[in-house]
Amino acid sequence: MNPIDRYEPLVDDREAFREACARPLPYAVRVNTIKATADRVTGAFDDEGVSYAPVDWHPELFTLDGKAGRTWPYFLGWVHGQEEVSALPAAVLDPQPGDRVWDACAAPGSKTTQLAALMRDEGTLVGNDNSLGRLSALRHNAERLGVTNLVVTNQDARNFSLRELGFDEFDRAVVDAPCSCEGTCRKNPTVLDEWTLDHVRQVAGIQKGILRRAIQATRPGGSVVYSTCTFAPEENEAVLDHVLGEEPCRLAGFEPPLKTSPGVTEWEGETFDPSVEKAHRVYPHQNDTGGFFCAKLEVTG
Amino acid sequence: MSGDEKSENDGQRFDRLPATPSERSVPGRASRAEVLEWWDDRFGIGPETFADVTFWEKGAGKIWVFAGDAPDPNRVEGLGMTFLRTRQEHWKPTTVAVQRFGHLATRNVVDLSRKEAKRFAAGEDQELAWDGDWGYLIATRVVAGQRAPLGVGLFLHGELRSVVPKGTQETLPE
Repeated sequence: MNPIDRYEPLVDDREAFREACARPLPYAVRVNTIKATADRVTGAFDDEGVSYAPVDWHPELFTLDGKAGRTWPYFLGWVHGQEEVSALPAAVLDPQPGDRVWDACAAPGSKTTQLAALMRDEGTLVGNDNSLGRLSALRHNAERLGVTNLVVTNQDARNFSLRELGFDEFDRAVVDAPCSCEGTCRKNPTVLDEWTLDHVRQVAGIQKGILRRAIQATRPGGSVVYSTCTFAPEENEAVLDHVLGEEPCRLAGFEPPLKTSPGVTEWEGETFDPSVEKAHRVYPHQNDTGGFFCAKLEVTG
Repeated sequence: MSGDEKSENDGQRFDRLPATPSERSVPGRASRAEVLEWWDDRFGIGPETFADVTFWEKGAGKIWVFAGDAPDPNRVEGLGMTFLRTRQEHWKPTTVAVQRFGHLATRNVVDLSRKEAKRFAAGEDQELAWDGDWGYLIATRVVAGQRAPLGVGLFLHGELRSVVPKGTQETLPE
């Protein structure tokens, strides 16, 4: 089956949703504000004859006609290729300089380096991933972008230990969880061919474990952003519903900078805590992006 | 781990640099004071630039710069950014450190023309008229109206060698 069919009842415009899922995704870059400004990057692109278009919801994102790899801004670490909608969780978390921030599933590092830039490279950012292989990509990207406040760790996020760090709890955390990736079908259509409900159920268990640990590791009053690139309520609202029952936290409302739909409170006979409506679903036809899910939790302690 | 873990460099773990040479317990390990002095002497990048960061050694002579809270990082995989190579006759800054801090340099900076910068980024060596010090230089190019540090060049015998790492070398427009 095509898993996209499952979600037609959830969307406002089925035809537009289907069409958008079938279109290739525009290529986007994010300006690395640790080293450059958007003006300087666009000035360099102008000099080189690289055509670009601003993304209306984020001043540091641009779509390009070609790839950025063979441009001076890329060579200098001024830009990083990052899918537009994946810039949402770090923006929603809004980390401040000096914060202690955990990126639980960090590799290959687009969000991690964005978090570092938002922190102005001040404070302590811990980028963790359970895959040693993927960590080398994270390290490479962080160095290329000039990040100096990052500690890279290789642990299972579900039982992450802060023993090696000089502190006991984080101010903020991002769980950009491993997921069934349905929302990336515009970039990689094979994800839909490989989709199974068993896999959805399996990753949902992992997601619950990681999100619970993130809430435990964050101080009362701190925030945790949970995101996936999938539409499956099993991996989104059901995961939130589970942690609301297990850990001291509540959903926080936020105004996303792009068009979204609210979290769903019912799915295939199950009902979820009504506050999961505060989460945001991003469908590909709404902003011409990939699919995405993003929720903000406040730790109540 | 045994009592002699502080008497020699263990290439698998991060150890903080001693503040000064007199506090050194691991032979051959650079001290923080020497690292600060080297950047100041070589490039005119003053110690105040690095007031809020710590320096660590992991690997033989590989120095890392870290801006966060200092942990007890025996088991972490990375700590900030690679910064400098010591334990060799001439210390060598990393490309990423130069790209990050090189805009502050006032000495041993070579401004390349567009054509020269293109060759440098591609990893090519080239003859260059340079009457300053020999050794490691910061190569720059004007990008969008301002000087931008591209990386590390080694100047010897009238030639500028590009030491841009192979994976970073790129064919770029002039």
